[in-house]
Amino acid sequence: MAAAVLGRAVAGAGLRVRLLRRGCAGLAVDDTVNGLSTEQRQLRQTMTKFCQEHLAPKAQQIDQENEFKDMREFWKKLGELGVLGITAPVEYGGSALGYLDHVLVMEEISRASGAVGLSYGAHSNLCINQLVRNGNEAQKEKYLPKLISGEHIGALAMSEPNAGSDVVSMKLKADKKGDYFVLNGSKFWITNGPDADVLIVYAKTDVNAVPASRGITAFIVERGMAGFSTAPKLNKLGMRGSNTCELIFEDCKIPAANVLGALSKGVYVLMSGLDLERLVLSGGPLGLMQAVLDHAIPYLHVREAFGQKIGHFQDCAGVILYSAECATQVALDGIQCLGGNGYINDFPMGRFLRDAKLYEIGAGTSEVRRLIIGRAFNATFK
Amino acid sequence: MAPLKVLVGVKRVIDFAVKVRVAPGGHVVQEQGVKHSLNPFCEIALEEAVRMRERGEAAEVIAATVGSRQSQDALRTALALGADRAVLVELPGAGPEQGAGPGAGPGQGAGPPLVAAALAKLVEREKPQLVLLGKQAIDDDCNQTGQILAAILDWSQGTFLSRLELDPGSSSVRIQREVDGGLEQLRLQLPTVLTADLRLNQPRYATLPNIMKAKKKPLEVQPLEQLLGGPVPPPRLRVLRLEEPPVRQGAQRVESVPALLERLAALGRI
Repeated sequence: MAAAVLGRAVAGAGLRVRLLRRGCAGLAVDDTVNGLSTEQRQLRQTMTKFCQEHLAPKAQQIDQENEFKDMREFWKKLGELGVLGITAPVEYGGSALGYLDHVLVMEEISRASGAVGLSYGAHSNLCINQLVRNGNEAQKEKYLPKLISGEHIGALAMSEPNAGSDVVSMKLKADKKGDYFVLNGSKFWITNGPDADVLIVYAKTDVNAVPASRGITAFIVERGMAGFSTAPKLNKLGMRGSNTCELIFEDCKIPAANVLGALSKGVYVLMSGLDLERLVLSGGPLGLMQAVLDHAIPYLHVREAFGQKIGHFQDCAGVILYSAECATQVALDGIQCLGGNGYINDFPMGRFLRDAKLYEIGAGTSEVRRLIIGRAFNATFK
Repeated sequence: MAPLKVLVGVKRVIDFAVKVRVAPGGHVVQEQGVKHSLNPFCEIALEEAVRMRERGEAAEVIAATVGSRQSQDALRTALALGADRAVLVELPGAGPEQGAGPGAGPGQGAGPPLVAAALAKLVEREKPQLVLLGKQAIDDDCNQTGQILAAILDWSQGTFLSRLELDPGSSSVRIQREVDGGLEQLRLQLPTVLTADLRLNQPRYATLPNIMKAKKKPLEVQPLEQLLGGPVPPPRLRVLRLEEPPVRQGAQRVESVPALLERLAALGRI
């Protein structure tokens, strides 16, 4: 009789353990308030469950070791879930959905691990979405399927040691030699640089162009191409586990077929891509803020809710500016809520702050975002 | 060896992670604006059915639920997890969220006898060879629907399943049940009602492509009265009072057994 009662209790406990392992470790996000469709709510549910089971338990270790050991396997699982090519056409394995769906996934991955979220954003938006929007048929057929399945990892390279906010002053040179372009120079701060199989790289095909932006061309580079190498990954304050490094081009030969978009029209590829990058990456700070709540509120027994807005392109700069600066403040508040424990690295609060801070710098500094918003306002009064 | 038709009963319940509160009035639990999801044991039952279809043992998996209009969410999830089509047997009048609803079971849904009656009607209509349910719902913990349904249909039943195998020839199944004394192996003739326990399988995630495909799968809404072919029977149970469990008191320490006995006597426990 006692065994019967014990058996039932153990069975109940087993369910709780299994659900806690794969269910929500945090607060429920009120998606009715957020106005999400049924499918978007299901997507969030899937991503929350998946990330809390397969990513959140590893997040602290990834941060401490500055490495995501199971990245390749995780990428394939993301591919199976169908979330790597959210905005890509179905014929290449994509889901042909919109940017709100992409932001949702970005948010949930970042909620579990800010670093993995950043790498996911670089792969799925910076690389894949740029190929979708600017690639020709042959390029899309060649590169998209494996990027979308997760077999390949993608990256995008525009920044250089002396060309961050002033990206059009980049110095990486691309000289045309017959059917090839020969690249010389380097890129810096490149997310997924150490791991990427496919990289979109911006270079100057015409160093004398006036204005300088008119001399930029976008290229598709493959790991293993002669003359292309990567330096060891950087040791960063936050986003540790999202590997970042310098790319080195020494007489690197890229076939002319790998020009992405039109010759010397790379700046249009670059600038239009940045708007969408801001939009999708704004999911990163959102997820980080949610993570702070997930951990602070059980600690404090208080409730709150969050909303999202997606709008026109100038609003994209606004939304990432707002959410990034909010995220840093929210993460600081989170540490304060935990008091002394917030300062101890056994708790995740410090990692949330270090990860959140990146979003005020990377994907566009807050200063540049304010410039863009200012210009957009002025344009409406012309 | 004709592939089977499988009916899976599912229930929409308050998510396990939510802190449940009693609504003002003291008869029902607060459900408005509270996160709901598919009952975990129902998910396991559905996963088993979908795997049978993927192995070619089942031809069609139908997901069914008895509940308010909002239960469509649970059916959409079931479709995204692999069911071919879904049926909502809709409870009349205001949903349980408003505190009304006939046959109000302890979980504020229709209650096992009414759900079993509705499922029996669906079985009559759809003629599946196999009905799969979760062993119990996590809101009321009744653990009755499968058993009552088998009795109504006069079918064999296998409850608390931790393993299921279809025999070659598809006229019987071999099951393993988790019982108090250990694990029991049984062979049951089809048609049969089975209920899933925790260790039967590990359910899959609803991938984004499947979530989008589910939009196009048929979801039928049948009013309960129409399905029963008559008025819905009145509730068999009336909830007198619903309270949260008492706040846990801290433990008290005593120094010796006589002191313990004295304490217990003072508290009127012995």
